Amino acid sequence: MTFLPKPTMHHPELPTNTLGYTRRDYEGAVSTLCAGCGHDSISAAIVRACYELDLPPHRIAKLSGIGCSSKTPTYFLGNSHGFNSVHGRMPSVLTGANLANRDLIYLGVSGDGDSASIGLGQFAHAMRRGVNMVYIVENNGVYGLTKGQFSATSDRGAKSKKGVENNDEAIDLVSMAIQLGATFVARSFSGDKTQLVPLIQAALEHQGAAFIDCISPCVAFNNHVGSTKSFDYVREHNEAVNYLDVITGRDEITVDYAPGSVEIVKQHDGSLLRLRKLAGDYDITSRAQAMGFLQTHAEAGEIVTGLLYVDPEPLDMHHYLKTAKAPLNGMTETDLCPGSAALEKLNASLR
Amino acid sequence: MLQIVNEVEGITAVNDFVVKFANVNGSGSASANQLFAKSILRMGVPVAPRNIFPSNIQGLPTWYEMRISEKNYLGAREGTDLMVAMNPQTWDQDVASILPGGYLFYDSTRVIPESRFRRDIKIIGMPLTELTNNAYKDPRQRQLFKNIIYVGALAALLNIEIEVLEKLIGEQFKSKEKLISANIQALHMGRDYALAHLSCPIGLTIRRSTAVGDRISIEGNAASALGAVYGGATVCAWYPITPSSSLAEAYQTYATKFRTDKETGEHRYAIVQAEDELSSIGMVIGASWNGARAFTSTSGPGISLMQEFFGLAYFAEIPAVIFDVQRAGPSTGMPTRTQQCDLISCAYASHGDTKHVLLFPEDPHECFTFGAQAFDLAERLQTPIFVLLDLDIGMNERLVKPLVWDDAKRMDRGKVMTAAELESGKDFGRYMDVDGDGIAYRTYPGTHPTRGSFFTRGTSKDARAKYTESAAAYEENMERLLRKFATAEKLVPAPEFLPARRPTKLGAIYYGSTSPAMTEANDLLLAQGIELDLMRVRGFPFNDDVRNFIDAHDEIFVVEQNRDGQMRTLLVNELDADPKKLKRVLHYNGSPITARMISESIAAFVSANAAATTTTA
Repeated sequence: MTFLPKPTMHHPELPTNTLGYTRRDYEGAVSTLCAGCGHDSISAAIVRACYELDLPPHRIAKLSGIGCSSKTPTYFLGNSHGFNSVHGRMPSVLTGANLANRDLIYLGVSGDGDSASIGLGQFAHAMRRGVNMVYIVENNGVYGLTKGQFSATSDRGAKSKKGVENNDEAIDLVSMAIQLGATFVARSFSGDKTQLVPLIQAALEHQGAAFIDCISPCVAFNNHVGSTKSFDYVREHNEAVNYLDVITGRDEITVDYAPGSVEIVKQHDGSLLRLRKLAGDYDITSRAQAMGFLQTHAEAGEIVTGLLYVDPEPLDMHHYLKTAKAPLNGMTETDLCPGSAALEKLNASLR
Repeated sequence: MLQIVNEVEGITAVNDFVVKFANVNGSGSASANQLFAKSILRMGVPVAPRNIFPSNIQGLPTWYEMRISEKNYLGAREGTDLMVAMNPQTWDQDVASILPGGYLFYDSTRVIPESRFRRDIKIIGMPLTELTNNAYKDPRQRQLFKNIIYVGALAALLNIEIEVLEKLIGEQFKSKEKLISANIQALHMGRDYALAHLSCPIGLTIRRSTAVGDRISIEGNAASALGAVYGGATVCAWYPITPSSSLAEAYQTYATKFRTDKETGEHRYAIVQAEDELSSIGMVIGASWNGARAFTSTSGPGISLMQEFFGLAYFAEIPAVIFDVQRAGPSTGMPTRTQQCDLISCAYASHGDTKHVLLFPEDPHECFTFGAQAFDLAERLQTPIFVLLDLDIGMNERLVKPLVWDDAKRMDRGKVMTAAELESGKDFGRYMDVDGDGIAYRTYPGTHPTRGSFFTRGTSKDARAKYTESAAAYEENMERLLRKFATAEKLVPAPEFLPARRPTKLGAIYYGSTSPAMTEANDLLLAQGIELDLMRVRGFPFNDDVRNFIDAHDEIFVVEQNRDGQMRTLLVNELDADPKKLKRVLHYNGSPITARMISESIAAFVSANAAATTTTA
């Protein structure tokens, strides 16, 4: 971590996006995580993704649970409301927030302990409900803040820093999210911002439950030989199946690719996801094919990254609940209170 | 068919007795029993029905007990005047519960040995199974109509106007003519048999009265849900648990009725059945943080599961409304029996130093009023508000004053800084006590592009919501939370008093569903010359009225429905009240408290004390 306070002055010639904001307007407080922590790269990717998408920072609500990853919302989007909730329970808090105001963008940040161990139930049920959100798990396979215990995403056979072997099978949140009905599911690596930034952008544009499992090595407790979540191990076993360009209505399509190597998926909000396929010839809008592809590669010891499944026409929780288009938190007595005349009628029916 | 004629004097009473139905659950008896209760209400005679049911769906014993009282004594009462014994499983205990001179109505189709009756009661046998088997072929019809047949017979035995029952059946089945005529036919079958073969009426009769007046009958759970609709709640997140499930379900019913857009079909509410209680309260807190009025309904085990989140809401200062319909604990306890046993687990919910606001409605009328008010309090105080019902008022219909609403009333959204205020440069610090009442301003997410955002956290923070482990900042914040709690004292419903006719040093404190039993006990005590000042506590934290009441009396009976005297603990702990002055009057066996239990406990204390005084003198 750094002890230098962040200067409040901007360089006068910092470029701005179409809203007139600079990259600095999307940043937060100085990170207190360890130097080299993968989580800081993810924070930087979030900053860049939001800046480039021209999102008004205050229209994003960032929520997290407890742990190193859950501390990060302090380090990005300083003009957004943040909510550091309780361990493993961010999904319910985010769901409630989304129920109250469907007009904001919800960004949930969690870790593997927070989502796969203590919070597995809430993770699962938020996906099932189709909460319109971006849910990022900063996955390092270890409990950082409590100094190095295994988490539920640690692979069986992986070794802790102290040399202890993990006996328990790993939980794969990506497979779970696909099975549970998430409509945008990706895996990425904090060390690959070329892949990660567009994935976050596509997830932000996605109008449904979007999940990104981002492998993010813990430099303090899980970056040694024998770990399956170290920088070296992940680089070596990373099987990037695609890279993405996100094209919103504002952008011009300029680059051409060789036919067959590019697939274009149009999302409901009009944004185009241009997939530059590197490997894996399967239909990413098919849950069954995505599941099969993941299982095959997992058996081969490969960490598959990229956009793995997407439903371009997702339906979200509010669709199923038939909630009013106007946010519930802005409704007044006129909208909500049936009044005394209705009550008198009701009284009459109870005699 | 065995005919037993006991030469005993039957109890004689008009509009003042207890009828108890012993049934098997899942047999369709509930609606017939409700029909019976309603017919008495329609004749203008007050009735308090109570369902006594097992944690089971089909096959186990269930009872429906009706206290009929023209004097409006609507608390539970010991002893049964008329037992309608329809469940062979519980025969012996049912027969034993009848008061001497009381009546036993039973199905005499199957011969029951004489030894299983009592000599000191009146016995009325009617071959119900035989009658229904002769009249109906379908087994389900036989079962359902048997219930209506006994209602018809009881109408003849108790002088209930048959037209009233016919009208109620008509209302119940609305335009389904076939069902109406079939039910009315069954009703008459029972009545005709009783008139022809039994001696009608018996000593217990119903006489038309005006004692009901314009009052309504409603369950506390339904009334609370209606309070939530009127109070502007838009988000309900809940997990099914007896005895609170019908609260969320009633909210669904009322919200669908009142908050569905006629043109688009869209809902001005959102209900989520969560995966557990942790998730329910998490959603409530998330929604409230984001400016919606949100609530959950639960019972003791749910309160235990929600503890960590209560601490977060207390410390991060987020509104939440929790309806806790209490049931007998600890652990799974007696899930379908009543108690007032969650006061401590709610008042000090969660780890660390916490204190929470509690409301104690006495009946469904207050469930509605407090239910709506709870949302104003939650947003004004930015903290969880617990509305503590119990099974007795939550799941049973009570006769209460009509619900009222003032259309001029506006929601109190509390201290929320607007975009315009932020734009004008008004200083915003999430935890700054600008007004000295301990309550700081908050902002909703998304209000202003560059001002008013803050980070909500369960960790310690300074007045501007920045993370800090500074001892001074921590203490200052904790002290401010105490100031806020002192503000809450002035906002929660004040206690209500029922003074004695002449000055007395004896007082009684009670709350919640104990009300009808306590006021009846007071009359019983008055008849013995014991004068008590009564105070009904309606909210926590306690205000000065509560302190003054304790100061003004030498002996105070704290009447409650739990083992450990939880209200008494709160009084001692929060007001430094002298524990010796506060006498425990405790009832906690899962049945509702009775007037006799209260009056006997107090009378015994008073006479023991008088004896002691005489000896000393």
